[in-house]
Order: sequence, then C-alpha cells, then structure tokens
Amino acid sequence: MSDNVGSIVKDGLWDQNVVFAQLLAMCPTMAVTTSGTNGLGMGLATTAVLVVSNVLVSLIRHTVSSQVRIPVFVVLIATLVTVVDMAMNAWLHDLYKVLGLFIALIVVNCAILGRAEAFAVKSGVVASAVDGLAMGLGFTGALTAIGLIREFLGSGTLFAQASNLLGPSFAFLEMKLPGYGGALLMILPPGGFAVLGFLLAGKRAMENRRAARATVVASPAPA
Amino acid sequence: MNIEAVREKIGYQPLLLGVFALLASGALAWASSATGDAIAAAEAKDLRDSLSEVLPQGMADNDFLKDTVDLDRGGKTVTIYRARQGGTVMAALFKVAERGYAGDIQVLMAVDADGRTLGVRVLKHSETPGLGDKIEVRKDNWVLGFDGKSLADPGPEKWAVKKDSGVFDQFAGATITPRAVVKAVKGGLEFYAAHRAEILGGKS
Repeated sequence: MSDNVGSIVKDGLWDQNVVFAQLLAMCPTMAVTTSGTNGLGMGLATTAVLVVSNVLVSLIRHTVSSQVRIPVFVVLIATLVTVVDMAMNAWLHDLYKVLGLFIALIVVNCAILGRAEAFAVKSGVVASAVDGLAMGLGFTGALTAIGLIREFLGSGTLFAQASNLLGPSFAFLEMKLPGYGGALLMILPPGGFAVLGFLLAGKRAMENRRAARATVVASPAPA
Repeated sequence: MNIEAVREKIGYQPLLLGVFALLASGALAWASSATGDAIAAAEAKDLRDSLSEVLPQGMADNDFLKDTVDLDRGGKTVTIYRARQGGTVMAALFKVAERGYAGDIQVLMAVDADGRTLGVRVLKHSETPGLGDKIEVRKDNWVLGFDGKSLADPGPEKWAVKKDSGVFDQFAGATITPRAVVKAVKGGLEFYAAHRAEILGGKS
C-alpha cells in the first residue's frame, strides 16, 4: 500500500480489484450483473459514493479513535448514500428512475467500508480520492464484463437498454444476436457464479503465465 | 494535550459517536427538507406522465389530476382520476396491485365508461431482470395486449395466461409475473364494474 498514484491505480484496476482479487461486494455483483447496462450503472454509482466516502474518512482519520471507527464509518457511509439517493431523486429524476434501485443497494456494498478500513483511514486525502476512483472503476469494469458475458449468453444481446442509462446517443452500443433464444441459466444466479469463476480462473492463469515468464527472463541463460 | 492522548480516553469515544450521530441526523434532516419539494414535484410529474400514457390522446379536456374520487377496496383507499369531456366522464384511471414473483406489482390502468380497458402500464415491480421485466412497456409490448379488452371480451374464464388456458401470453421462464398482471387487470375491471355508478355519477 503506497502513496504512489500509479500503483494505487494499478491496485484498484487489476492487482487488488474489488471483485476479481478481493472477492468483496459479491451481493451487488451477483444481483445486478444480468446485463452490461446494469453492471455499468451500478459500477458508476458505486464509484461516486466510494470517492466521496474515501475523502471524508481520510479527512476525519485523526479525530476518530480506533475503537469506535467502525460505527462512525457505517453512520458516515449510510448518511452519504441516503443524501445522494434523495438528491438524485430530486434533481436528476430521470437518471434516478434508472439507477434508483442501485443507489439503495450501495449501502450493503462492503467494498465501501472495506476501502475506508484498508486505505482511507491510513492515507492522505488525495491518495484516498485516487484509490476510491481506481477501485470504483475496477469494480465498474468487473461488473460490466460479467454483465456483458451473462447478457450475451443468457439473452443474446449486448448493452440492451443502454440508451435508458446513458442517453439516446449511446443507442449504437445496443446489439442483438438474431435467432438466439438465450440460455436462461446464465441470467439466473448460478450463471453469475459460473461466469465469475471462469473469469477468476482466467485472471489467475494470466498472472501465472506472466510470473513464469518473469522468472525465465530473470534467471541467467545456460551457457 | 495532543489529540493522540485525548483519543484514547474512555469519555472521548461516546462523545465522538454522539457528535457523529448528531451530524448525520442534521445532514439527513437538511437533505430531506431541501429535496422534499423537488421530489414531490418530480413524482407529481411522473404521475401526470404515466396517466397521460394510459389515456388515449384527446380523451380529456379537464385536469384529471384534480378530478378524483376516493373509493374503498378491501380496506385500502383507491384514488380514481376521472377524465372528462364536456363534463361527461369518459374514462377512469386508477392503480391496482397484485403480488408477483418478488413483491407487489403496481399497475396503472385506464377504463372507459363502458368498462373496456383503454391502457395498462406497470408502474413499479421487482421482478427478475431479463425474465419478468417484459411487463414494462419499454422492454416488451406485451402489456399493450390488454388494450380494448373487457370482462365480456374475452369471457371471465379466458382472463388468464395461455398456460392456464386463457388468451394472454406468458414469457419463457416467467409465468408467475404475467399471471399476476392479468389478475390485477381483471380485478381492476371488476372493481370498476362494482363501482361504476359512483365513478361516473359524482361531480367533482
């Protein structure tokens, strides 16, 4: 855990990815990744909350004594999510109608508290903001990837209803595979676990191969 | 005394918790009062939009949001919005709810004076995304199949999904959801038939 921006970003996006490395936030991951659009929406909403909560926790880290830090953080995050929920309902009502369900789900996302505990409470404000952003984007990427795979195998579409989330100009993202009924299993929870399992295995295999190549290069070539 | 020493004192911790609880309640109270009006306005606009969606264009020349009658249905109050033309009630709009696969499905429907369905929309549901959510009009036009149906057409025993030998389609992988919507709409029509005189008669 360093304050180096590059390594914080790399941690968040890949090495310590919330879903693929820390295996945190399984509840929202399994619940909303039935389509790429849902995954993207949940990821972006979580990113926003994660950045703000990391900054706030970092700001108060010297004031809070370690014995009561967990309840303080829980109150802080719950308040934050509720305020965001109400503000979006009031002033971004159209977006809220699409994302509303996800906002409330963020409260149960243990990744938020996890980052407060593991990073923000020990780090400066800027580093915490960067960490929140990187972790959030890593989470968004993971959710979108799982969502796209499940959506493609399960209903034969990609980014269905993306224009509801991002506006009509993004309608070009929406694709449909003609004449494919879809494998229902992939939309249901078991499909989520299966896709996550394969992606985890893939990531592990990739890292093993990279590590093996690194050792080969490091050891001196036989004479 | 520096902050590290104070922080470890037993009295500091409840005080800190108290202060944070107070700050949090303050923030929530402020946010609630600051957003209350805007949320109410946005919800009223939503209601107007969805009411206009189930009601065919040009059906009403009055402000039907204000022309309401409250009726009792099984212990719950149902608000009925009346669309008039030249003073005559042309259609009644109201919400019905039925338990779906996961929680209540809220349905808004418009019925004309003769008891024929003008339009049906699902307002709120928590059905499985990708399976049961085809009842939303922006995902599937299934719900348009209710337009023009009445208790006489199709007959009472045909008010069911095809699996139950009715006339309405079900979705692959989801039967409970459309079954609930069919039941809700049928219940709404029966409710209208039972209270037709009150709905059509009363002046606002």
